[in-house]
Amino acid sequence: MNDPVIRDDIQQCIDWVPRGARVLDVGCSDGELMALLRTHKQVRVQGIELDPDKVNACIGRGLAVIQGDANIDLLDYPDQAFDVVVLSQTLQAMLHPRETLRQLGRIAPRAIVSTPNFAYWRGVMQLLFAGRMPVTKHLPVTWYETANIHLCTITDFLELAALESFTICDGTCFDADVRARPWNITGLGARLLATQASFLLEKRLSPL
Amino acid sequence: MCLPEPIALDGGAVLDTVEVAYTCYGQLNAARNNAILVCHALTGDHFMAETHPVTGKPGWWANIVGSGKPLNTDHYAIFCINVLGGCLGTLGPTSINPASGEIYGLDFPVITINDIVKVQHALMQYRGIPCWHAVVGGSMGAMQVLSWATHWPDKLRVAVPIAGAVRHSAQNIAFHEVGRQAIMADPDWCAGKYLSQNTKPKRGLAVARMAAHVTYLSEECLHEKFGRHLQDRDSLTYGFDADFRVESYLRHQGKSFVQRFDANSYLYLTRAMDYFDIEAEFGSLDTALRGRDVKYCVIAFTSDWLFPISESRVLVKALNRVGAEVSFSAIETNCGHDAFLLDLPPFADMLRGFIAGIAR
Repeated sequence: MNDPVIRDDIQQCIDWVPRGARVLDVGCSDGELMALLRTHKQVRVQGIELDPDKVNACIGRGLAVIQGDANIDLLDYPDQAFDVVVLSQTLQAMLHPRETLRQLGRIAPRAIVSTPNFAYWRGVMQLLFAGRMPVTKHLPVTWYETANIHLCTITDFLELAALESFTICDGTCFDADVRARPWNITGLGARLLATQASFLLEKRLSPL
Repeated sequence: MCLPEPIALDGGAVLDTVEVAYTCYGQLNAARNNAILVCHALTGDHFMAETHPVTGKPGWWANIVGSGKPLNTDHYAIFCINVLGGCLGTLGPTSINPASGEIYGLDFPVITINDIVKVQHALMQYRGIPCWHAVVGGSMGAMQVLSWATHWPDKLRVAVPIAGAVRHSAQNIAFHEVGRQAIMADPDWCAGKYLSQNTKPKRGLAVARMAAHVTYLSEECLHEKFGRHLQDRDSLTYGFDADFRVESYLRHQGKSFVQRFDANSYLYLTRAMDYFDIEAEFGSLDTALRGRDVKYCVIAFTSDWLFPISESRVLVKALNRVGAEVSFSAIETNCGHDAFLLDLPPFADMLRGFIAGIAR
Protein backbone atom coordinates (compact mmCIF):
# COMPACT_ATOMS: atom_id res chain seq x y z
CA MET A 1 0.00 0.00 0.00
CA ASN A 2 1.46 3.33 -1.07
CA ASP A 3 1.68 6.25 1.31
CA PRO A 4 0.55 9.23 -0.80
CA VAL A 5 3.41 11.50 0.33
CA ILE A 6 6.17 9.02 -0.53
CA ARG A 7 7.67 9.31 -4.02
CA ASP A 8 7.37 6.15 -6.11
CA ASP A 9 11.11 5.46 -6.34
CA ILE A 10 11.45 5.73 -2.57
CA GLN A 11 8.38 3.56 -2.06
CA GLN A 12 9.87 0.96 -4.37
CA CYS A 13 13.02 0.89 -2.29
CA ILE A 14 11.02 0.49 0.92
CA ASP A 15 9.05 -2.36 -0.64
CA TRP A 16 12.22 -4.23 -1.50
CA VAL A 17 13.73 -4.06 1.98
CA PRO A 18 12.70 -6.95 4.25
CA ARG A 19 11.29 -6.10 7.66
CA GLY A 20 13.90 -5.90 10.42
CA ALA A 21 16.85 -6.02 8.00
CA ARG A 22 20.24 -4.46 8.64
CA VAL A 23 20.56 -1.75 6.00
CA LEU A 24 23.40 0.49 4.83
CA ASP A 25 22.34 3.59 2.86
CA VAL A 26 25.29 4.87 0.84
CA GLY A 27 24.93 8.56 0.04
CA CYS A 28 22.00 8.84 2.42
CA SER A 29 21.53 12.64 2.01
CA ASP A 30 19.33 14.10 4.78
CA GLY A 31 18.12 10.66 5.87
CA GLU A 32 14.63 10.74 4.34
CA LEU A 33 14.81 7.13 3.12
CA MET A 34 16.48 5.90 6.31
CA ALA A 35 13.77 7.47 8.46
CA LEU A 36 11.05 5.87 6.32
CA LEU A 37 12.74 2.49 6.43
CA ARG A 38 12.97 2.73 10.18
CA THR A 39 9.27 3.59 10.48
CA HIS A 40 7.86 1.21 7.87
CA LYS A 41 10.26 -1.74 8.08
CA GLN A 42 11.77 -1.47 11.59
CA VAL A 43 15.22 -1.83 10.08
CA ARG A 44 18.54 -1.19 11.76
CA VAL A 45 19.91 1.38 9.36
CA GLN A 46 23.27 3.11 9.00
CA GLY A 47 24.14 5.83 6.49
CA ILE A 48 27.20 7.33 4.79
CA GLU A 49 27.08 10.95 3.61
CA LEU A 50 29.75 13.39 2.45
CA ASP A 51 27.96 16.71 3.12
CA PRO A 52 28.31 17.73 6.82
CA ASP A 53 25.02 19.65 6.83
CA LYS A 54 23.16 16.58 5.61
CA VAL A 55 24.99 14.47 8.18
CA ASN A 56 23.71 16.82 10.87
CA ALA A 57 20.19 16.58 9.48
CA CYS A 58 20.37 12.78 9.79
CA ILE A 59 21.78 12.92 13.31
CA GLY A 60 19.02 15.32 14.34
CA ARG A 61 16.54 12.66 13.22
CA GLY A 62 18.20 10.15 15.50
CA LEU A 63 19.74 8.28 12.57
CA ALA A 64 23.21 6.74 12.62
CA VAL A 65 25.30 8.31 9.88
CA ILE A 66 28.98 8.55 9.15
CA GLN A 67 30.38 11.59 7.45
CA GLY A 68 32.71 10.20 4.85
CA ASP A 69 33.51 9.50 1.24
CA ALA A 70 31.83 6.38 -0.08
CA ASN A 71 34.62 6.10 -2.67
CA ILE A 72 36.96 5.17 0.19
CA ASP A 73 34.90 4.28 3.24
CA LEU A 74 33.01 1.29 1.83
CA LEU A 75 36.28 -0.61 2.20
CA ASP A 76 35.99 -0.31 5.99
CA TYR A 77 32.89 -2.47 6.24
CA PRO A 78 33.37 -6.19 6.80
CA ASP A 79 32.03 -8.81 4.38
CA GLN A 80 28.27 -9.34 4.64
CA ALA A 81 27.94 -6.77 7.43
CA PHE A 82 24.42 -5.85 6.27
CA ASP A 83 21.41 -7.59 4.76
CA VAL A 84 20.76 -4.87 2.19
CA VAL A 85 22.87 -2.01 0.92
CA VAL A 86 21.16 0.92 -0.83
CA LEU A 87 22.84 3.17 -3.39
CA SER A 88 20.23 5.68 -4.45
CA GLN A 89 21.09 8.01 -7.37
CA THR A 90 24.74 7.91 -6.38
CA LEU A 91 26.49 5.33 -8.59
CA GLN A 92 26.92 7.88 -11.40
CA ALA A 93 28.84 10.17 -9.04
CA MET A 94 31.30 7.53 -7.88
CA LEU A 95 34.93 7.59 -9.01
CA HIS A 96 34.95 3.90 -9.88
CA PRO A 97 31.38 2.62 -10.31
CA ARG A 98 32.47 -0.93 -11.05
CA GLU A 99 34.55 -1.10 -7.88
CA THR A 100 31.66 0.44 -5.92
CA LEU A 101 29.31 -2.23 -7.22
CA ARG A 102 31.84 -4.88 -6.26
CA GLN A 103 31.99 -3.44 -2.72
CA LEU A 104 28.18 -3.45 -2.45
CA GLY A 105 28.21 -7.14 -3.35
CA ARG A 106 30.82 -7.80 -0.70
CA ILE A 107 29.08 -5.87 2.11
CA ALA A 108 25.59 -7.35 1.68
CA PRO A 109 23.93 -10.20 -0.21
CA ARG A 110 21.41 -7.79 -1.69
CA ALA A 111 21.81 -4.32 -3.17
CA ILE A 112 19.25 -1.76 -4.24
CA VAL A 113 20.72 0.57 -6.85
CA SER A 114 18.94 3.40 -8.62
CA THR A 115 20.43 5.44 -11.41
CA PRO A 116 19.36 8.10 -13.91
CA ASN A 117 18.83 6.81 -17.44
CA PHE A 118 21.03 8.75 -19.84
CA ALA A 119 19.11 7.43 -22.86
CA TYR A 120 15.94 9.32 -21.81
CA TRP A 121 14.56 10.75 -25.02
CA ARG A 122 14.75 14.47 -24.14
CA GLY A 123 18.44 14.14 -23.44
CA VAL A 124 18.99 12.14 -26.62
CA MET A 125 17.21 14.89 -28.59
CA GLN A 126 19.50 17.55 -27.15
CA LEU A 127 22.52 15.48 -28.07
CA LEU A 128 21.19 14.76 -31.54
CA PHE A 129 19.80 18.13 -32.57
CA ALA A 130 21.61 20.71 -30.42
CA GLY A 131 24.87 18.78 -30.26
CA ARG A 132 25.12 19.45 -26.54
CA MET A 133 25.36 17.40 -23.38
CA PRO A 134 21.78 17.23 -22.10
CA VAL A 135 20.53 19.59 -19.40
CA THR A 136 17.09 18.37 -18.34
CA LYS A 137 14.79 18.54 -15.34
CA HIS A 138 16.34 15.28 -14.16
CA LEU A 139 19.96 16.06 -14.95
CA PRO A 140 19.84 19.83 -14.42
CA VAL A 141 23.55 20.62 -14.11
CA THR A 142 25.90 21.48 -16.99
CA TRP A 143 28.55 18.94 -17.95
CA TYR A 144 31.34 21.05 -16.43
CA GLU A 145 29.69 21.41 -13.03
CA THR A 146 27.85 18.16 -12.56
CA ALA A 147 28.83 15.66 -9.87
CA ASN A 148 27.56 12.95 -12.23
CA ILE A 149 30.84 11.86 -13.76
CA HIS A 150 29.81 8.35 -14.81
CA LEU A 151 26.38 8.57 -16.37
CA CYS A 152 24.96 5.44 -17.92
CA THR A 153 21.83 4.07 -19.52
CA ILE A 154 19.62 1.26 -18.21
CA THR A 155 21.25 -1.10 -20.71
CA ASP A 156 24.74 -0.04 -19.61
CA PHE A 157 23.89 -0.67 -15.99
CA LEU A 158 22.43 -4.10 -16.65
CA GLU A 159 25.63 -5.03 -18.49
CA LEU A 160 27.85 -3.90 -15.64
CA ALA A 161 25.71 -5.73 -13.08
CA ALA A 162 26.06 -8.93 -15.15
CA LEU A 163 29.83 -8.40 -15.41
CA GLU A 164 29.97 -8.31 -11.61
CA SER A 165 27.88 -11.50 -11.33
CA PHE A 166 24.75 -9.84 -10.00
CA THR A 167 21.33 -11.30 -10.67
CA ILE A 168 18.64 -8.71 -11.35
CA CYS A 169 15.83 -9.90 -9.05
CA ASP A 170 13.59 -6.99 -9.89
CA GLY A 171 13.69 -3.67 -11.70
CA THR A 172 11.36 -0.69 -11.94
CA CYS A 173 11.35 2.23 -14.36
CA PHE A 174 10.14 5.72 -13.53
CA ASP A 175 8.74 8.34 -15.88
CA ALA A 176 9.41 12.08 -16.03
CA ASP A 177 7.22 12.63 -12.94
CA VAL A 178 9.04 9.82 -11.06
CA ARG A 179 5.96 7.63 -11.28
CA ALA A 180 6.61 3.91 -11.42
CA ARG A 181 5.73 2.49 -14.86
CA PRO A 182 5.14 -1.15 -15.74
CA TRP A 183 7.66 -1.04 -18.61
CA ASN A 184 9.91 -4.02 -19.20
CA ILE A 185 13.34 -2.79 -18.10
CA THR A 186 15.04 -4.26 -21.18
CA GLY A 187 12.44 -2.92 -23.63
CA LEU A 188 12.55 0.09 -25.93
CA GLY A 189 9.88 1.98 -23.93
CA ALA A 190 11.94 1.88 -20.77
CA ARG A 191 15.12 2.74 -22.66
CA LEU A 192 13.69 5.98 -24.06
CA LEU A 193 10.91 7.02 -21.65
CA ALA A 194 12.39 6.23 -18.25
CA THR A 195 14.21 9.08 -16.52
CA GLN A 196 15.51 6.70 -13.88
CA ALA A 197 15.38 3.08 -12.86
CA SER A 198 15.78 1.07 -9.66
CA PHE A 199 17.16 -2.43 -9.43
CA LEU A 200 17.14 -5.10 -6.78
CA LEU A 201 20.37 -7.04 -7.21
CA GLU A 202 21.49 -10.25 -5.66
CA LYS A 203 25.06 -11.46 -5.71
CA ARG A 204 25.45 -14.82 -7.45
CA LEU A 205 27.68 -16.92 -5.29
CA SER A 206 30.75 -17.99 -7.18
CA PRO A 207 31.14 -21.80 -7.32
CA LEU A 208 33.62 -23.08 -4.76
CA MET B 1 31.13 13.41 49.36
CA CYS B 2 33.34 10.51 50.39
CA LEU B 3 33.03 7.18 48.55
CA PRO B 4 31.79 4.34 50.79
CA GLU B 5 34.19 1.77 49.27
CA PRO B 6 37.94 1.83 48.57
CA ILE B 7 39.11 2.14 44.95
CA ALA B 8 41.62 -0.42 43.65
CA LEU B 9 43.83 1.24 41.05
CA ASP B 10 45.17 -0.29 37.83
CA GLY B 11 48.70 0.24 39.13
CA GLY B 12 48.04 -2.00 42.15
CA ALA B 13 47.58 0.62 44.90
CA VAL B 14 44.32 0.93 46.83
CA LEU B 15 42.81 4.26 47.81
CA ASP B 16 40.79 3.76 51.00
CA THR B 17 39.28 7.18 51.41
CA VAL B 18 38.24 8.87 48.18
CA GLU B 19 36.71 12.31 48.42
CA VAL B 20 34.76 13.26 45.28
CA ALA B 21 33.60 16.69 44.17
CA TYR B 22 30.91 16.94 41.53
CA THR B 23 28.11 19.07 40.22
CA CYS B 24 24.68 18.14 38.94
CA TYR B 25 22.64 20.46 36.73
CA GLY B 26 18.95 19.62 36.28
CA GLN B 27 16.84 17.08 38.16
CA LEU B 28 16.99 13.30 38.24
CA ASN B 29 13.57 11.89 37.35
CA ALA B 30 11.79 9.22 39.39
CA ALA B 31 13.09 6.39 37.19
CA ARG B 32 16.61 7.87 37.45
CA ASN B 33 17.13 7.24 33.74
CA ASN B 34 17.73 10.81 32.57
CA ALA B 35 21.28 11.23 33.86
CA ILE B 36 24.03 12.39 31.53
CA LEU B 37 27.67 12.30 32.56
CA VAL B 38 30.02 14.92 31.15
CA CYS B 39 33.70 14.02 31.51
CA HIS B 40 35.96 17.04 31.71
CA ALA B 41 39.29 17.50 29.96
CA LEU B 42 42.84 17.63 31.39
CA THR B 43 42.66 21.10 32.91
CA GLY B 44 38.89 21.31 33.17
CA ASP B 45 36.82 20.76 36.28
CA HIS B 46 33.28 20.08 37.45
CA PHE B 47 32.27 23.76 37.40
CA MET B 48 31.19 23.37 33.79
CA ALA B 49 28.05 25.48 33.75
CA GLU B 50 28.48 27.96 36.58
CA THR B 51 30.81 30.78 37.53
CA HIS B 52 34.18 29.31 38.38
CA PRO B 53 34.96 29.76 42.10
CA VAL B 54 38.65 30.52 41.45
CA THR B 55 38.68 32.45 38.17
CA GLY B 56 35.22 34.04 38.35
CA LYS B 57 34.74 33.17 34.68
CA PRO B 58 31.73 31.34 33.22
CA GLY B 59 31.89 27.52 33.25
CA TRP B 60 33.82 25.90 30.40
CA TRP B 61 30.66 24.41 28.87
CA ALA B 62 28.17 27.10 29.88
CA ASN B 63 27.13 27.41 26.22
CA ILE B 64 26.41 23.66 25.95
CA VAL B 65 24.89 22.76 29.34
CA GLY B 66 21.80 24.56 30.59
CA SER B 67 18.10 25.20 30.13
CA GLY B 68 17.29 24.91 26.42
CA LYS B 69 20.97 24.24 25.58
CA PRO B 70 22.22 21.19 23.60
CA LEU B 71 22.59 19.29 26.89
CA ASN B 72 19.25 20.47 28.19
CA THR B 73 18.87 20.68 31.96
CA ASP B 74 15.08 20.92 31.54
CA HIS B 75 15.10 17.23 30.56
CA TYR B 76 18.32 15.78 31.90
CA ALA B 77 20.27 15.66 35.13
CA ILE B 78 23.76 16.47 33.91
CA PHE B 79 26.63 15.40 36.11
CA CYS B 80 30.23 16.49 35.98
CA ILE B 81 32.76 14.96 38.36
CA ASN B 82 36.14 16.43 39.18
CA VAL B 83 38.60 13.74 38.08
CA LEU B 84 40.62 11.59 40.44
CA GLY B 85 44.07 13.17 40.61
CA GLY B 86 42.58 16.62 40.05
CA CYS B 87 42.96 19.61 42.33
CA LEU B 88 39.49 21.06 42.81
CA GLY B 89 37.88 18.81 45.39
CA THR B 90 38.36 15.20 44.32
CA LEU B 91 41.21 13.20 45.85
CA GLY B 92 44.54 14.05 44.27
CA PRO B 93 48.18 14.84 44.99
CA THR B 94 47.21 18.02 46.89
CA SER B 95 45.06 15.98 49.33
CA ILE B 96 46.24 14.74 52.72
CA ASN B 97 47.66 11.22 52.68
CA PRO B 98 45.87 9.45 55.59
CA ALA B 99 48.88 7.15 56.03
CA SER B 100 51.30 9.97 56.81
CA GLY B 101 49.04 12.86 57.68
CA GLU B 102 50.92 14.95 55.12
CA ILE B 103 50.11 16.20 51.63
CA TYR B 104 50.42 13.33 49.15
CA GLY B 105 52.65 15.06 46.59
CA LEU B 106 54.52 12.35 44.69
CA ASP B 107 53.37 9.71 47.19
CA PHE B 108 50.06 9.80 45.36
CA PRO B 109 49.86 6.64 43.23
CA VAL B 110 50.03 6.93 39.45
CA ILE B 111 46.51 6.66 38.07
CA THR B 112 44.96 5.73 34.74
CA ILE B 113 41.92 6.94 32.82
CA ASN B 114 40.16 3.76 33.97
CA ASP B 115 40.87 4.67 37.58
CA ILE B 116 39.21 8.04 36.99
CA VAL B 117 36.20 6.20 35.57
CA LYS B 118 36.11 3.76 38.51
CA VAL B 119 35.58 6.74 40.82
CA GLN B 120 32.82 8.05 38.54
CA HIS B 121 31.21 4.60 38.60
CA ALA B 122 31.32 4.49 42.39
CA LEU B 123 29.61 7.88 42.53
CA MET B 124 27.01 6.67 40.03
CA GLN B 125 26.19 3.75 42.34
CA TYR B 126 26.09 6.06 45.35
CA ARG B 127 23.57 8.28 43.56
CA GLY B 128 21.49 5.23 42.56
CA ILE B 129 21.79 5.80 38.82
CA PRO B 130 21.39 2.46 37.03
CA CYS B 131 22.52 3.62 33.58
CA TRP B 132 23.75 6.90 32.07
CA HIS B 133 21.57 8.12 29.26
CA ALA B 134 24.79 9.40 27.69
CA VAL B 135 28.43 9.85 28.57
CA VAL B 136 29.95 12.84 26.79
CA GLY B 137 33.44 14.30 26.81
CA GLY B 138 36.15 16.04 24.80
CA SER B 139 39.89 15.30 24.68
CA MET B 140 40.80 13.57 27.98
CA GLY B 141 37.03 13.50 28.50
CA ALA B 142 36.73 11.45 25.29
CA MET B 143 39.19 8.93 26.75
CA GLN B 144 36.93 8.57 29.80
CA VAL B 145 33.93 8.12 27.49
CA LEU B 146 35.72 5.27 25.70
CA SER B 147 36.78 3.74 29.00
CA TRP B 148 33.11 3.75 30.08
CA ALA B 149 31.95 2.24 26.79
CA THR B 150 34.51 -0.58 26.85
CA HIS B 151 34.67 -1.41 30.59
CA TRP B 152 31.10 -0.65 31.66
CA PRO B 153 29.10 -1.02 28.41
CA ASP B 154 25.86 -1.87 30.21
CA LYS B 155 26.07 1.34 32.24
CA LEU B 156 25.52 3.76 29.37
CA ARG B 157 23.24 3.94 26.35
CA VAL B 158 25.24 6.28 24.18
CA ALA B 159 28.84 7.41 24.06
CA VAL B 160 29.91 10.77 22.65
CA PRO B 161 33.70 10.97 22.38
CA ILE B 162 34.69 14.41 21.06
CA ALA B 163 38.15 15.26 19.68
CA GLY B 164 39.53 12.04 21.12
CA ALA B 165 41.50 8.93 20.21
CA VAL B 166 41.66 5.25 21.10
CA ARG B 167 45.20 5.77 22.37
CA HIS B 168 47.50 8.64 23.17
CA SER B 169 49.87 9.14 20.24
CA ALA B 170 53.66 9.28 20.47
CA GLN B 171 53.54 12.96 19.53
CA ASN B 172 51.09 13.70 22.32
CA ILE B 173 53.15 11.79 24.88
CA ALA B 174 56.11 13.84 23.67
CA PHE B 175 54.29 17.13 24.27
CA HIS B 176 53.23 15.98 27.72
CA GLU B 177 56.81 15.06 28.55
CA VAL B 178 57.92 18.57 27.61
CA GLY B 179 55.36 19.95 30.06
CA ARG B 180 56.34 17.61 32.86
CA GLN B 181 60.04 18.33 32.41
CA ALA B 182 59.31 22.06 32.51
CA ILE B 183 57.59 21.59 35.88
CA MET B 184 60.28 19.34 37.31
CA ALA B 185 63.05 21.67 36.10
CA ASP B 186 61.59 24.50 38.21
CA PRO B 187 63.61 24.64 41.50
CA ASP B 188 60.36 25.56 43.27
CA TRP B 189 58.98 22.13 42.41
CA CYS B 190 61.10 20.80 45.32
CA ALA B 191 60.87 17.18 44.11
CA GLY B 192 57.09 17.43 44.39
CA LYS B 193 57.03 18.67 48.00
CA TYR B 194 56.47 22.35 47.18
CA LEU B 195 53.20 22.71 49.13
CA SER B 196 54.80 21.70 52.42
CA GLN B 197 57.55 24.25 51.67
CA ASN B 198 55.02 26.98 51.03
CA THR B 199 55.92 27.52 47.41
CA LYS B 200 54.73 26.51 43.92
CA PRO B 201 56.59 25.76 40.67
CA LYS B 202 54.75 28.59 38.96
CA ARG B 203 57.29 29.18 36.21
CA GLY B 204 57.53 25.50 35.27
CA LEU B 205 53.78 24.99 35.24
CA ALA B 206 53.29 28.18 33.23
CA VAL B 207 55.78 27.00 30.59
CA ALA B 208 54.03 23.61 30.48
CA ARG B 209 50.73 25.39 29.92
CA MET B 210 52.17 27.67 27.24
CA ALA B 211 53.58 24.75 25.24
CA ALA B 212 50.37 22.76 25.62
CA HIS B 213 48.19 25.73 24.76
CA VAL B 214 49.84 26.01 21.33
CA THR B 215 48.86 22.41 20.64
CA TYR B 216 45.23 23.21 21.45
CA LEU B 217 45.06 25.85 18.70
CA SER B 218 46.04 25.81 15.04
CA GLU B 219 48.52 27.68 12.88
CA GLU B 220 45.66 29.35 11.01
CA CYS B 221 43.88 30.45 14.16
CA LEU B 222 47.09 31.80 15.74
CA HIS B 223 47.77 33.74 12.55
CA GLU B 224 44.25 35.11 12.44
CA LYS B 225 44.22 36.06 16.10
CA PHE B 226 47.71 37.51 16.43
CA GLY B 227 49.55 37.55 13.11
CA ARG B 228 52.91 39.24 13.74
CA HIS B 229 51.26 42.12 15.60
CA LEU B 230 53.34 43.80 18.29
CA GLN B 231 52.14 44.10 21.87
CA ASP B 232 51.71 47.69 23.20
CA ARG B 233 54.63 48.97 21.15
CA ASP B 234 55.32 50.40 17.72
CA SER B 235 58.59 48.69 16.94
CA LEU B 236 60.78 45.75 17.91
CA THR B 237 62.71 46.29 21.15
CA TYR B 238 65.69 44.11 20.24
CA GLY B 239 65.28 42.29 23.54
CA PHE B 240 63.46 39.28 24.97
CA ASP B 241 60.44 41.08 26.27
CA ALA B 242 57.09 39.99 24.84
CA ASP B 243 57.37 42.05 21.64
CA PHE B 244 54.71 40.03 19.86
CA ARG B 245 51.08 39.86 20.81
CA VAL B 246 51.17 36.06 20.61
CA GLU B 247 53.97 35.97 23.22
CA SER B 248 52.05 38.23 25.54
CA TYR B 249 48.93 36.08 25.09
CA LEU B 250 50.79 32.87 25.93
CA ARG B 251 52.44 34.42 28.97
CA HIS B 252 49.01 35.47 30.18
CA GLN B 253 47.69 31.93 29.59
CA GLY B 254 50.55 30.51 31.62
CA LYS B 255 50.16 33.00 34.47
CA SER B 256 46.41 32.59 34.85
CA PHE B 257 46.67 28.81 34.66
CA VAL B 258 48.94 28.54 37.69
CA GLN B 259 46.33 30.40 39.75
CA ARG B 260 43.86 27.58 39.35
CA PHE B 261 45.84 24.40 38.74
CA ASP B 262 48.28 22.29 40.69
CA ALA B 263 51.59 21.24 39.15
CA ASN B 264 51.57 17.70 40.55
CA SER B 265 47.99 17.20 39.37
CA TYR B 266 49.25 18.19 35.94
CA LEU B 267 51.96 15.50 36.14
CA TYR B 268 49.51 12.79 37.23
CA LEU B 269 46.77 13.59 34.75
CA THR B 270 49.09 13.91 31.73
CA ARG B 271 50.54 10.53 32.77
CA ALA B 272 47.07 9.00 32.92
CA MET B 273 46.44 10.22 29.36
CA ASP B 274 49.79 8.85 28.15
CA TYR B 275 48.92 5.40 29.48
CA PHE B 276 45.59 5.36 27.65
CA ASP B 277 45.56 2.68 24.92
CA ILE B 278 42.39 0.62 24.46
CA GLU B 279 44.02 -1.63 21.90
CA ALA B 280 46.83 -2.64 24.29
CA GLU B 281 44.33 -3.11 27.10
CA PHE B 282 41.97 -5.45 25.27
CA GLY B 283 44.35 -7.08 22.79
CA SER B 284 42.56 -5.47 19.87
CA LEU B 285 40.23 -2.60 19.23
CA ASP B 286 37.59 -4.96 17.85
CA THR B 287 37.65 -7.05 21.03
CA ALA B 288 37.23 -3.89 23.09
CA LEU B 289 34.22 -2.74 21.08
CA ARG B 290 32.51 -5.93 19.90
CA GLY B 291 29.19 -7.08 21.32
CA ARG B 292 28.59 -3.94 23.33
CA ASP B 293 25.15 -2.41 22.99
CA VAL B 294 26.35 1.19 23.00
CA LYS B 295 25.44 3.78 20.36
CA TYR B 296 28.21 6.15 19.39
CA CYS B 297 28.38 9.72 18.17
CA VAL B 298 31.99 10.49 17.33
CA ILE B 299 32.88 14.14 16.70
CA ALA B 300 36.20 15.55 15.46
CA PHE B 301 37.41 18.94 14.23
CA THR B 302 39.12 19.51 10.89
CA SER B 303 41.97 21.70 12.21
CA ASP B 304 42.68 19.60 15.32
CA TRP B 305 46.27 18.38 14.99
CA LEU B 306 46.57 17.12 18.58
CA PHE B 307 43.74 14.60 18.20
CA PRO B 308 43.38 14.69 14.42
CA ILE B 309 40.36 13.40 12.51
CA SER B 310 42.38 10.36 11.49
CA GLU B 311 42.42 9.25 15.15
CA SER B 312 38.64 9.46 15.37
CA ARG B 313 38.37 7.58 12.09
CA VAL B 314 40.35 4.68 13.56
CA LEU B 315 37.60 4.38 16.17
CA VAL B 316 34.80 4.78 13.62
CA LYS B 317 36.29 2.14 11.32
CA ALA B 318 36.60 -0.32 14.19
CA LEU B 319 32.99 0.39 15.21
CA ASN B 320 31.95 -0.31 11.62
CA ARG B 321 33.85 -3.57 11.66
CA VAL B 322 32.06 -4.79 14.79
CA GLY B 323 28.67 -3.62 13.52
CA ALA B 324 28.10 -0.96 16.17
CA GLU B 325 25.63 1.85 15.58
CA VAL B 326 27.82 4.87 14.99
CA SER B 327 27.49 8.44 13.79
CA PHE B 328 30.54 10.46 12.89
CA SER B 329 31.09 14.00 11.78
CA ALA B 330 34.18 16.11 11.22
CA ILE B 331 33.22 19.69 12.08
CA GLU B 332 34.79 22.28 9.78
CA THR B 333 36.67 24.86 11.87
CA ASN B 334 40.10 26.51 12.09
CA CYS B 335 40.00 26.63 15.90
CA GLY B 336 42.01 23.45 16.45
CA HIS B 337 41.60 20.99 19.31
CA ASP B 338 39.98 23.51 21.66
CA ALA B 339 37.06 23.91 19.26
CA PHE B 340 34.86 21.81 21.56
CA LEU B 341 35.18 24.51 24.23
CA LEU B 342 34.12 27.33 21.92
CA ASP B 343 30.72 28.57 20.89
CA LEU B 344 30.66 26.77 17.54
CA PRO B 345 27.13 26.48 16.11
CA PRO B 346 27.71 23.40 13.87
CA PHE B 347 29.13 21.53 16.86
CA ALA B 348 26.39 22.64 19.24
CA ASP B 349 23.76 21.75 16.63
CA MET B 350 25.18 18.31 16.13
CA LEU B 351 25.30 17.59 19.85
CA ARG B 352 21.77 18.95 20.28
CA GLY B 353 20.51 16.89 17.35
CA PHE B 354 22.13 13.70 18.53
CA ILE B 355 20.94 13.95 22.12
CA ALA B 356 17.42 14.85 20.95
CA GLY B 357 17.54 12.19 18.23
CA ILE B 358 18.38 9.27 20.53
CA ALA B 359 15.42 10.16 22.73
CA ARG B 360 13.17 9.63 19.71
